[in-house]
Amino acid sequence: MTNEARTPWVRLAKRDAMDPRKAWAIRLGSILIALLLGMIPVFITGNNPIAAYGTIIKGALGRPIYIKQTVKIAIPLLGCALAIAPCFKMRFWNIGAEGQITAGAIAASYFALYWYQKVPSTLLLLIMFVSAAVAGGIWGLIPAFFKAKWNTNETLFTLMMNYIIIGIVAWLQGGPWEGRKGSQIIPMFDQSARLPEVFGVHIGWIIVLVMVVLMHIYMNFTKHGYEIAVIGDSENTARYAGMNVGRIMMRTMFLSGAISGIVGFIVVSGANHTLYRGVANGVGFTSITVAWLSQLNSFAMIVISMILAILTKGASKLQTELKVPMSISSIVTGILLFCMLSSEFFINYQLIFRQKKSEEVCR
Amino acid sequence: MQNNCAIQMCSITKRFGQVVANDGINLEIRRGEILSLLGENGSGKTTLMNMLAGIYQPDEGEILADGKPIAIRSPKDAYSYGIGMIHQHYKLVDVFTAAQNIVLGLNDEKLDLKTINSKVKRICDRYSFAIAPERKIYDMSVSQKQTVEIVKVLYRGADILILDEPTAVLTPQETEKLFVVLRAMKEDGKAVVIITHKLNEVMELSDEVAVLRKGKYIGRVRTSETNPQQLTDMMVGHSVVLNIDRPEYSDPFPRLTVEDLTCVDHEGVTKLDHVSFTAMGGEILGVAGIAGSGQKELLESITGLYPVKEGSVRFFEENGCETELIGKTPMQIRRTGVGMAFVPEDRLGMGLVGSMGMTGNMMLRSWRSGKGLFLNKKSPEHLAKKVWNDLEVVTPSTSFPVRRMSGGNVQKVLVGREIASRPRILMTAYPVRGLDINTSYTIYNLLTEQKMGGVAVVFVGEDLDVMLELCDRILVLCGGKVSGIVDARNATKEQIGLMMTSVGQRRASDDE
Repeated sequence: MTNEARTPWVRLAKRDAMDPRKAWAIRLGSILIALLLGMIPVFITGNNPIAAYGTIIKGALGRPIYIKQTVKIAIPLLGCALAIAPCFKMRFWNIGAEGQITAGAIAASYFALYWYQKVPSTLLLLIMFVSAAVAGGIWGLIPAFFKAKWNTNETLFTLMMNYIIIGIVAWLQGGPWEGRKGSQIIPMFDQSARLPEVFGVHIGWIIVLVMVVLMHIYMNFTKHGYEIAVIGDSENTARYAGMNVGRIMMRTMFLSGAISGIVGFIVVSGANHTLYRGVANGVGFTSITVAWLSQLNSFAMIVISMILAILTKGASKLQTELKVPMSISSIVTGILLFCMLSSEFFINYQLIFRQKKSEEVCR
Repeated sequence: MQNNCAIQMCSITKRFGQVVANDGINLEIRRGEILSLLGENGSGKTTLMNMLAGIYQPDEGEILADGKPIAIRSPKDAYSYGIGMIHQHYKLVDVFTAAQNIVLGLNDEKLDLKTINSKVKRICDRYSFAIAPERKIYDMSVSQKQTVEIVKVLYRGADILILDEPTAVLTPQETEKLFVVLRAMKEDGKAVVIITHKLNEVMELSDEVAVLRKGKYIGRVRTSETNPQQLTDMMVGHSVVLNIDRPEYSDPFPRLTVEDLTCVDHEGVTKLDHVSFTAMGGEILGVAGIAGSGQKELLESITGLYPVKEGSVRFFEENGCETELIGKTPMQIRRTGVGMAFVPEDRLGMGLVGSMGMTGNMMLRSWRSGKGLFLNKKSPEHLAKKVWNDLEVVTPSTSFPVRRMSGGNVQKVLVGREIASRPRILMTAYPVRGLDINTSYTIYNLLTEQKMGGVAVVFVGEDLDVMLELCDRILVLCGGKVSGIVDARNATKEQIGLMMTSVGQRRASDDE
């Protein structure tokens, strides 16, 4: 009886460094577990879970046209995940990508709507690209400036900035940029302000893939990337090393906002061909999931954003074919996030269960 | 003798990951006796005692109280067996009063301030503690806080007291007072364990000494039958000479002059109050003081990391040219080429990047070098390899995160990098804290080597015995003021201890 009381049933211990391959195996395993758990809600709605997953896969990748649509969903997710990666590496919690996308989209839309007759298409797209980057960058710079100057809380600040810019779009929609009076809709862009397509998908996919490589280089081989990593580890160390923490924060947030702005440009010019208040469509938030799940690794982001895109695209098929609500994909995404984050716990800690041991007699 | 035995620990083993912190340790704690648990840092003393206090559970082995096996799963369990531990870092709520802290977490009796106060007072009278129960913790000195911790433990009825490094933050005078209390407790039949690595305290206070080394139990001796040399041998495993070599540099010269340096923190508290001194090239200047007397602010303001209200810090070239350092950022100071190296107290939080390997950390000094956008990784890699070899750093590779290295190796990386920058001023804050004796001596030798190369070395330390042997002069800080500068060759510990608690009127044997 006393023996049972001796040690708790289970306790935690910190692990030593784990073999990275084993760690990735655990992460992969957690995705499988998440997919298994995701079957439960499907089952509750009265459907065969395996058939449902089959439908998701078929609906997302079954036909070339489906694949193209899936890729279109993945493009902004990937681009935006790239944008917030340096902030998160720096432990600057930028959750305002949504607003930065919108800011970029507004700037791009301005030139698309009012300059399409003045300049040739290529130049117009270039102007849209640059202006979107600058607008997004400035929108990201503002909270960083206040953080650097007065140490404001960046999480709240970036979040609130989202609502401001979305309000601005609503105003543009109903006011200065409104197409037909009373429609509350901004007119469609002229053909010359739309992104050309390669392999049936607008060239946004090439832009983000190039950015994947550039971001990888930036984070791992440049002085800027080094500064960001040091600040993320310890601001005091950064100051000790002579870094100007505030300036680096502002610079990094400008860059992050600029990339988000470019994503905004890709969305309005490549996919929507117009601007409306839901232009960012939650991408700024979902991409946080993407960045986090891929451990801020640029290349892993390609895979994760594709997985999320497949779930989203497949779920719409699920709805039309099996009458399973589309929100099932959000549920599965949620479970996925939960499982992958908890896998980090098992990578860092181990559970030790009480074991029966031979009686040790003292002396 | 058997009925004296309060606690028996039988073949206790505790592992953290692959590190075996305690390896099959047997220990007996007896009533009416003061036991010193002696060992170097990292030898597993605190871990062992934390298992009695309910912070950890042993992986193997068992604990017997009065001959019966017990399980201590929480500090609460520990108290129910009469075990109370006073941790090295006090666990008090700053904004609460002493009395509130003392009853914090007790929910089995009504919170009646009157009974609490009278009970507290009874305990205080018994051991002649002078604490006011209504006083807030943030108003108290370190030694008063410690007293509150002791009363807290006694209030819970503990008769087995464990004190983890109780004298680390006390002045010699306060230490003496604490010892009187501990002896009184022993007379009361309580069992007292003090964890320490200071030999003189062991000799002075304890009845018996148990020695741990690298997680293993080495042996137990009666204090009256042993001597410091024997204890050191047990602690270290082989004889080491306790003397620190102190060669004299032939021609010390003024290198850095600090005048009326005053710093105020963001809450308006004066941290440094008109501090003036001169650091000489070819000399180790010790800085002594109770923890938090302005040591951190002093070093950080000289290196440009802490805002300065007034005063000047001037650097002198060999040819007499001088450079003012106040008002410059750390980067500007580096650009002036004065060659300032700084080993901060918070190694992983300020001096190093924990998540990076040796190469990434060498880069902290050189990351700006080279034109263009890209990092130069070659020369830091080269330097990392050199430090790795020269200082015998134990690490699997130069990219292994320093956070995962042992404390001694972390410090070797930091000191190695700073020395490699060929400094003319080397400032170090507690450079041997947490290091084993061998690594400590490595560091002492490196500092002396730098001094003999004409570097002005500033050594902020806490162990006065070491400082008296290592340094040439010792500056004593008290509450942000300089209470004096003494010649380390003929100063005594008592003298410095007094200066640590009160600002002297005149500076004893000031520099010429």
